[in-house]
Amino acid sequence: MGLLTKKDQALILDPLADNNPITIQVLGICSALAITAELKASIVMGISVLFVLGVGNVVISLIRNIIPSKIRIIVQLVVVATLVIIVDQVLKAFAYELSKTLAVFVGLIITNCIIMGRFEAFALGNGPWKSFLDGIGNSLGYAVILIIVGFFRELLGSGTLLGFQVLGDPVAKTGLYALGYENNGFMVLSPMALIVVGIIIWVQRSRNKDLIED
Amino acid sequence: MLEHLELFFKSVFVSNMVFATFLGMCSYLAVSKKVSTAVGLGAAVIFVLAVTVPLNWLLDQYLLRDGALAWLGPEYADYDLSFLSFILFIATIATMVQLVEIVVEKFSPSLYNSLGIFLPLIAVNCAILGGSLFMQSRDIATIGLAFNYGLSSGIGWFLAILAIAAIREKIRYSNVPAPLRGLGITFIVTGLMAIGFNSFGGMLTGGDEGAKEELQQSAKTEEVKEDVKKELEKNEVSFNNVQNN
Repeated sequence: MGLLTKKDQALILDPLADNNPITIQVLGICSALAITAELKASIVMGISVLFVLGVGNVVISLIRNIIPSKIRIIVQLVVVATLVIIVDQVLKAFAYELSKTLAVFVGLIITNCIIMGRFEAFALGNGPWKSFLDGIGNSLGYAVILIIVGFFRELLGSGTLLGFQVLGDPVAKTGLYALGYENNGFMVLSPMALIVVGIIIWVQRSRNKDLIED
Repeated sequence: MLEHLELFFKSVFVSNMVFATFLGMCSYLAVSKKVSTAVGLGAAVIFVLAVTVPLNWLLDQYLLRDGALAWLGPEYADYDLSFLSFILFIATIATMVQLVEIVVEKFSPSLYNSLGIFLPLIAVNCAILGGSLFMQSRDIATIGLAFNYGLSSGIGWFLAILAIAAIREKIRYSNVPAPLRGLGITFIVTGLMAIGFNSFGGMLTGGDEGAKEELQQSAKTEEVKEDVKKELEKNEVSFNNVQNN
């Protein structure tokens, strides 16, 4: 079976769909909604969370037996905060413009409930390798939703993808714009992020009836 | 006085934590099934925000920002410790939450019983850390304004969770399509509420424009302040970006 056993694969694949951190576990909504007006910011945010959660899960899992349970929240916060500072400094050094767009939301990865939620629910009770896979799986699940939301909001809101004008030039009236198509500026505003996520939840739960709440 | 009033309305309505910047969404979604629990959590958030934002303002002013250590002596004036702000802010918040919990338990057991279970949750509520980070990026000028900002952001958050809890209590009797029940409809209702809150955006533009003009005029007369102004504008742009997003 090579590197990954069946159980290991489940750790990575489950959070991508049926146990998705955003749409099913309801974790990490804040940053997911705020930065998804552009696809690029969504991708960078996804990668940042991937790094923080992957490394953080391993660290917590390695020291899980020596943390006194009364102060574990503070220990977890310190580990996350350190990793987030690294991400923030790297972004500022190599992608300054983007770090301005993300602004405080990089810092808010610290209080992203996905991170604390996975530390509490998984890393404190499992070995480093499994925790690493769990971290990767959950942050990929998070990134997938971010990218879907970012894709639709940027495409419908500004007519671009990653900054490229895929629907033609709105000023010179080429491509779709020649047919009278207009960008829906409303998609860029914050309320639409909530409604797009609501629709994703709707689609997902119509496809898989087990997930329906009563 | 006027700027206090402006900041108050701005943080409660125009840039409401939940509807404009999506802070504290996790607990907003998780604890809004009943009005009574929502009120408890909302009150705790107001309290903790009003305490931690001024505290972190002091930290930012006298320890973290570029040149903040000048009060120690001229040789310390060049240090810029702002990269440490995440870890210090979160440490303040975690300690304050613990401290508040102990004090409330000692002096007001009845309040502790109603708030008690929510207080530990608050340490990891993004609204609290977000409040401090916005305070830093918006360059709030005095400690009074920082207190005002914390308090009014908390009130805005309280308003939001109270409203959604009331709606969710009623929506239980409606015939929502099965796949949308629970989480899905809550998202969509919140989206609609956010559209409503967007309309407060026009409320304060008059005041803002005046402030900008004043800033430009003073910059014309004093070239020394040019750099400060650029910095201010940069911050404003990044804040506006966040708001627009």
